[in-house]
Amino acid sequence: MEKRARFKSAWLPYALVTPQILVTLLFFFWPAAQALYQSVLIQDSFGTTSQFVWFDNFRDLFNDANYLESFKTTAMFSIMVAFFGLSLSLILAVFADRIIKGASVYKTFLIWPYAVSPVVVGVLWLFLMNPTLGVIAHALRNIGVEWNNLLNGTHAMILIVMAAIWKQISYNFLFFLAGLQAIPKSLIEAAAIDGAGPVRRFFTIVFPLLSPTTFFLLVINIVYSFFDTFAIIEATTHGGPGKETEILVYKVFQDGFRGGDLGSSAAQSVVLMVIVITLTVLQFKYVERKVQYS
Amino acid sequence: MIERRPILDLISHLMLILGVAIVAFPIYVAFVASTQTPEQAALAPISLIPGDQFFQNYASVIVSGASGNVSVPPVARMMWVSLVSALIIAIGKITISMLSAFAIVYFRFPGRSLFFWMIFVTLMLPVEVRITPTYQVISDFGMLNSYAGLTIPLIASATATFLFRQFFLTVPDELAEAARIDGAGPMRFFKDVLWPLSRTNVIALFVIMFIYGWNQYLWPLLVSTEQSMYPIGIGIKTMIAGGDAAIEWNMVMATLILAMLPPGLVVVVMQKWFVKGLVDSEK
Repeated sequence: MEKRARFKSAWLPYALVTPQILVTLLFFFWPAAQALYQSVLIQDSFGTTSQFVWFDNFRDLFNDANYLESFKTTAMFSIMVAFFGLSLSLILAVFADRIIKGASVYKTFLIWPYAVSPVVVGVLWLFLMNPTLGVIAHALRNIGVEWNNLLNGTHAMILIVMAAIWKQISYNFLFFLAGLQAIPKSLIEAAAIDGAGPVRRFFTIVFPLLSPTTFFLLVINIVYSFFDTFAIIEATTHGGPGKETEILVYKVFQDGFRGGDLGSSAAQSVVLMVIVITLTVLQFKYVERKVQYS
Repeated sequence: MIERRPILDLISHLMLILGVAIVAFPIYVAFVASTQTPEQAALAPISLIPGDQFFQNYASVIVSGASGNVSVPPVARMMWVSLVSALIIAIGKITISMLSAFAIVYFRFPGRSLFFWMIFVTLMLPVEVRITPTYQVISDFGMLNSYAGLTIPLIASATATFLFRQFFLTVPDELAEAARIDGAGPMRFFKDVLWPLSRTNVIALFVIMFIYGWNQYLWPLLVSTEQSMYPIGIGIKTMIAGGDAAIEWNMVMATLILAMLPPGLVVVVMQKWFVKGLVDSEK
């Protein structure tokens, strides 16, 4: 779509885009180019000398068992966050869509974890699940589960998954609810007249019509678990025990800032960038499709 | 609702109450812990009835950041840093995205599509994947431990630019033509026509961006090395850095409750705009 009515000025449009372009160049393009450049260099630990090594950093990276392990950890983590987060929010949204009285009250109570910052979420769940004094850890012990997220990798993973889901429920819930409310009531009424019960209606009509929303949320949730959960992990497990909860973003930080291995850290950033680009393209493909629907 | 099914209605309410309980329970436990003495908060299991230390605990974290074992700035100071940063980020993002969207929609100039493309690509460069070199840029500019360093790298926003672009495209052409015939220049048109029309979008975006700014963690972790520039999230993390025995959980929880109040209030009070901003900007 293009505007017919335009203003004419030789300099004004440039002045208007300058602030945005300056920030973009200085803090997006320049650093991204630096990351690309550093990813083909090896630097000594003081950063004084560096050597061009082609794709050695990448080769080392993909030959490094730790890195491959981190990929697996990230995949597991994001699949669990997306699957359980989406299921739980969908159930809540379906029930909230059903009832008329009080729906907005429930909505208000369900949406505010969105406002809680990831680091706060992390500390909160660390406290609840703390092996010695956490309320939930204690309850688990009473039913025979010896909870210890400091020593047990599976427990640590469950801890970060729960914290990440808790934070993301409100976001998924809002989108599912909006999606449900956009489904034409006439379709559902027709099915009801034909004798389809609520469960059948959900699986044959509602869920298929909700699939664009679900796909969109799936991408968003994967991006979220890849990138926005850094603070949750930093506050709870530090990637441990061992390296069992060290997801890719955490490893970039750990290797680059704590370990001083700039080449490897930059190569890891480049790999992450490729992942984001793929996910963004997927997202836009979806947007295109959705525009065609309407 | 299609048909009357009282039992299903009852189940719906029960499920939603359960959902709300799951969401609220962690916060309730945090609040309870924040009203207890350190000894009470370190009991296993902690009592789920609030203690009587509410005023003492909150007063002491706000004024002195009270933590015997780890030194942190007063919570009032850290909340101030968070507030100023969140405001600069929200207002900055809205301002620069609105101006560039205006230029891209209402002018045709050489480089227009290049600029549009450049802004678009930033969607794919989240701060997490460019932390080391961005840190380098900030440190070269001497912007460590400053509000500028905390905020400017986060100010560019492809999403906000797109949102405004989409909105401007729906504004009738006649308005701009009428303004031109009346002899109004572009900035006059922006100020008197576009700005008032965009108010809803601006408020909605402001809510989202304020929360985004308030909740930053990774970036301030790199940029704020002096305690006086710690935002609240870094402060909380510092309070639990001392190891299991040294943590004063009641103080940590009081700080945590305070840290989530401003963004929580913004979401609850501005719910309508918040939802609009979220659904619009992510479409």
